[in-house]
Amino acid sequence: MGSNYAETGRDEDEGPQKVVELSAFWMGAYEVTFEEWDAFFKNMDVPQTKAIAVDAVSRPTAQYIDLTWGMGRDGNQPTNSMSQAATIMYCKWLYNQTGVFYRLPTEAEWEYACRAGTSTAYPFGNDPAALKEFGFFKDNSGGKFHRVGQLKANAWGLYDMLGNLSEWTLDQYDPGQYQKLADNAKNPLTAPGPRYPRVVRGGSYADEAKDSRCANRVSSLADWNKRDPQIPKSRWWLTDGMTVGFRLVRPHQQPSKEEIEKFFAQYLK
Amino acid sequence: MKTNETGKTTRREFVKQSSLIAGGLMAAPMISNAGYFSSVDDTIKIAVVGCGGRGTGAALQALLSKQNVKLVAMADAFRDRLDECYKALTSDDNEEGNVKAKVAVTDANKFVGFDAYLKAIPLADVVILTTPPGFRPIHFAEAIKQGKHVFMEKPVATDPAGVKKVLETAAIAKQKKLNVVVGLQRHYQNSYRELYKRVKDGMIGEITSGQVWWNNDGVWVNPRKTGQTEMEYQMRNWYYFNWLCGDHINEQHIHNIDVMNWFKGSYPVKAQGMGGRQVRTGKEFGEIYDHHYVEFEYADGSIMNSQCRHIKGTYAKVDEMLVGTKGVVKCGDAVISSKGTSLYQFDKKTENNPYQTEHDELFAAIAKGEYKFADADNGANSTMTALLGRMATYSGQVIEFDKALNSGINIMPAKFAWDANPPILPDANGFYPIATPGVTKYFS
Repeated sequence: MGSNYAETGRDEDEGPQKVVELSAFWMGAYEVTFEEWDAFFKNMDVPQTKAIAVDAVSRPTAQYIDLTWGMGRDGNQPTNSMSQAATIMYCKWLYNQTGVFYRLPTEAEWEYACRAGTSTAYPFGNDPAALKEFGFFKDNSGGKFHRVGQLKANAWGLYDMLGNLSEWTLDQYDPGQYQKLADNAKNPLTAPGPRYPRVVRGGSYADEAKDSRCANRVSSLADWNKRDPQIPKSRWWLTDGMTVGFRLVRPHQQPSKEEIEKFFAQYLK
Repeated sequence: MKTNETGKTTRREFVKQSSLIAGGLMAAPMISNAGYFSSVDDTIKIAVVGCGGRGTGAALQALLSKQNVKLVAMADAFRDRLDECYKALTSDDNEEGNVKAKVAVTDANKFVGFDAYLKAIPLADVVILTTPPGFRPIHFAEAIKQGKHVFMEKPVATDPAGVKKVLETAAIAKQKKLNVVVGLQRHYQNSYRELYKRVKDGMIGEITSGQVWWNNDGVWVNPRKTGQTEMEYQMRNWYYFNWLCGDHINEQHIHNIDVMNWFKGSYPVKAQGMGGRQVRTGKEFGEIYDHHYVEFEYADGSIMNSQCRHIKGTYAKVDEMLVGTKGVVKCGDAVISSKGTSLYQFDKKTENNPYQTEHDELFAAIAKGEYKFADADNGANSTMTALLGRMATYSGQVIEFDKALNSGINIMPAKFAWDANPPILPDANGFYPIATPGVTKYFS
């Protein structure tokens, strides 16, 4: 993971490049859509809570304003503007519904999946000119997100990894993380600390091509909720994080029940 | 989106900083002569009246305003809300900044009950009024009477008598040169300010109509608890009672209605419209409607179409669009266009947090001893516009602005006490009387 020193648009925090080892996982071909999100968000059997329940499954509060900001809410459009904790609660709900453990990818998993075997700036090479065939970014998005899967997939059949919505990962953001990583580290993950900053990946409809490179890392900010007029601010929604969404992975080897419970407790506290 | 790691001060920045210091020195004597502050030092003392989520937010923003400020008193009807607010403000992990050191509220200066405001206001130089809007006219009048600067949330009243009182108080505030900022924060938002400037400069010609929306899912309910008096129940569920909230056309949609008034530079002369309770019909939803559609007419004949809805699962939109003889403004997109061609696009990367800016500007003015903000008139008139809409949808009649404003209609309780009766009471089954178009009448 990480980028070569010579890569155009590269930032310091993308290096040094490291070889890491990952356990097998499946990844969603698409960003989670409104249809999939609403199965949870509009599930009236789940209690709606202002705080995020740690011991139970709870559902986000109503949005105070339209957090798609007019970009649309079709079933096939990617769901946006939620906090990382809200995505984790979605996973917990899904686990309760299906008995299968899904979660956000780690940064390492996300980048591995995005690269699909390549080591170039983009999965299709180093020239950003072809990005418009693979992802919605600043130059071809019209300033908004689009239905998932409209453009070309990468070599492993994953759509919209770059652009459209940037995607939550599990990692706490640490600019020096790769320096600390041992080569061949197994399943690297920076454990969750404070609510900010955590890592989102892939760039969005609002970003330049250089910010939609496989290796680019973005740290979440308190600023993403700056227009929430209430204190405490919403734990579920981002008033200024309209460019953020998520996709799921399913580890091939399902963790034990205890490990799963520990995972949810750790990320929802 | 990486942290800027340059720690060096450039020459230009250095010059800027130096001149700021000089400016500060020159301003200092003015402060001491102005006699604005009740304390011997130059600390600006703040009291917050209304300690809910918004009051806590406003207090935090005031304390983050970079002036020498201290929160010295808190007031709320409920002890638990006050305690939650205090806890949030003294917390070490506020995402926007730690203001703990600026909170100097002793237990003796935490006031609870309907009369708490009377005890908190005298202790401060600036008062933050963030209770449910029904109380605003009373609290605002008291703050101005005592010579305090004010930040108050929108709307500023729930009935015409309240609006009238705020207008009268606003006149006194002007005489006393007291700064008043109203939380219609779009006035303090970069994109709106840039759009406004261009509209004033004539980019879209004359405004002939506007569309404004606040359509979304609605808000919270606090279930009735045994042992609660009716007054306490309504206070805990203030959103659903007109004397406290004024209906959602007033409480939320005022933001959008106010934008049209602001850009138009005037207020409607009359309104007619329709509305009702289609989905949110339960007794837990008090007496307010779940949708309103109002046609407001200005003196020059131009129209504002206003729609607001609180119905889950419906199309959500919170926005304003203004149509002029030469172009169109879409406020949410922050774009001005003519026949599909963009004339101006605000760069959203330069958007600010207007909730912070309104406090930054207010407290900067107060610290310099400047009189700069007189938002109360507009706050009152935009509140009256929203109430006009409510009166139109509730009655199904055409309602005139001046007639309504001068009607003296007052829906507030005669007495504020936990065992007193609120002005609207449930029937034997717990349902509240609901306004009915064609039956509800304001004028004979």
